[in-house]
Amino acid sequence: MSGAWRTFLLLALLSVAALAASLWLGPVALSDPFSADAATRTIVWEVRLPRALTAWLVGAALGLSGAALQGLLRNPLADAGVLGLSGFAALGAVIAFAFGVSFLAPTMAIVFALIASALVTALAWAARGPASLALIGVGLSSFAGGLIALALNLAPNPGALADLVNWTLGSVEGRSLNDAAIVGVALGVGGALIFFAARGLQALGLGEEAAAAIGANVNRTRLLVVLGAAACAGGATAVAGVIGFVGVAAPHLVRALSGHDPARLLWPSAMAGGALLALADVGVRLLPTDTELKLGVAAALIGGPLFAFIAARLAARGGEA
Amino acid sequence: MSLIVRNASVDLGARRVVDDVSITLEAGEIVALLGPNGAGKTSLMRACLGLLPLTGGDVSLQGVDPRRLSARLRALRAAYLPQRPQAVWPVSVASLVALGRFAHGAAPDRLSPRDQAAVDAALEACGLSDLRDRRMDHISGGEKARAHLARALAQQAPILVLDEPSAGLDPAQALGMAHILRARAASGGAVLFSTHDVALAAGIADRVVLMRSGRVMAAGAAEQALTPDALAAAYGRSGRLTRVDGGYAAVFTA
Repeated sequence: MSGAWRTFLLLALLSVAALAASLWLGPVALSDPFSADAATRTIVWEVRLPRALTAWLVGAALGLSGAALQGLLRNPLADAGVLGLSGFAALGAVIAFAFGVSFLAPTMAIVFALIASALVTALAWAARGPASLALIGVGLSSFAGGLIALALNLAPNPGALADLVNWTLGSVEGRSLNDAAIVGVALGVGGALIFFAARGLQALGLGEEAAAAIGANVNRTRLLVVLGAAACAGGATAVAGVIGFVGVAAPHLVRALSGHDPARLLWPSAMAGGALLALADVGVRLLPTDTELKLGVAAALIGGPLFAFIAARLAARGGEA
Repeated sequence: MSLIVRNASVDLGARRVVDDVSITLEAGEIVALLGPNGAGKTSLMRACLGLLPLTGGDVSLQGVDPRRLSARLRALRAAYLPQRPQAVWPVSVASLVALGRFAHGAAPDRLSPRDQAAVDAALEACGLSDLRDRRMDHISGGEKARAHLARALAQQAPILVLDEPSAGLDPAQALGMAHILRARAASGGAVLFSTHDVALAAGIADRVVLMRSGRVMAAGAAEQALTPDALAAAYGRSGRLTRVDGGYAAVFTA
């Protein structure tokens, strides 16, 4: 069995296990999630299944955008959250919610993610080394945070403020199949764009000029990834708010399974991101806290230290992946 | 004619880095670019490949202006080894070399028999067959340099443009590299390379081009072009090229 198949089977098993666990486990203990009684059916098929699917798809979109951005910027620390795409997407959605046009939230999130994606690529293109890229991301994220605060500040309906702030923390609680469909479409479109950039990402592993010299259309690759990552991160954030570090963690885990080739990391990173987030969502539901821990908060609590660890290891190797 | 550069000038910012340079390169020929750091060798090579715009003059890559070619068509005509080649991700040596087949439509993990043969031949020529499955971050500096050279060879373009391919190689490896370039020329390839090793250039190049401050100071067969006067004018030190045991030695003194 080839390495790619082994990786696929492993990640598929992990994903199925995560989805099954999320049907079984939760605050209400169920002995048989497939039982015919009305309460169980509602809990499993109308609450837990849409939520689990949303978690998996959001994780997949974030994992895929992270892997694509890492290939484009040639940096294993790139991720939609770290680079500010998620923050900008949240800003777009917050503006839509705060000004009473919530049906525009997914579109606004994707458009704002696109702006951030174009900005960070333009700024980070010439930046070498993980530190400078992370700093650009910090700058953009803080800027997005400031703008979100401004939007909340100027929002015409202050009563909705608490809900909005809560929403930006990142969660898939109470999401419907409709939400899952929104991320699913964004992931499909973004994934198709990124798929066409895969060979270009391999070429970019030689550096920009050498990539052009072996025949890669570097501008096309850059455009495809900027659009694809924005669609993925925008769709994910529109539905679930800001959930950071999945895009760093998923490709990092997959490299151990299938090596460092940026093209071969793409779909495994999506599957790993999906499985990670679906499992993390089961985890936050099982924690015995009075208020459910937000998925975005949990991701930051686990992902932050992981990010620091990868960054420190990179720095120790002189910035080489 | 594989490559014709006529009165080419290149500006980087406000600085003229290539100034009215004309060179030619024919199939089966090796031409070496010599000159001190900052002489304009790299900029000239990049301009030859259309990677830098010209401010004046023109370049013809097999009869076509390289700036008018797509990246892929350019790559099918000329392979380029940059001065400091990068391997950002620690892929295997074979995967890196397989990137040379990009313009032929190959992905490193899906090679046609023809692509595979080109990769195998390039690995063999560079003495890397045993290291093909090693990761790029687990091999020595000299082996890395050879892997990148193999990547350029696997491209099987009629023109090879190499920026300091012998940098970081020990004398034996540098000679090995020289043999590879000679074999390429013998089979009809055209090779343009830059180096700081005057003796190596004299030993393998059919012609040398000696540059300083963007201009050509001397050009032609090594023994005629690299006179003490020309070497002194280019490097600012008195230098001499002498024949030793069938090869050359270059000596510079203060």
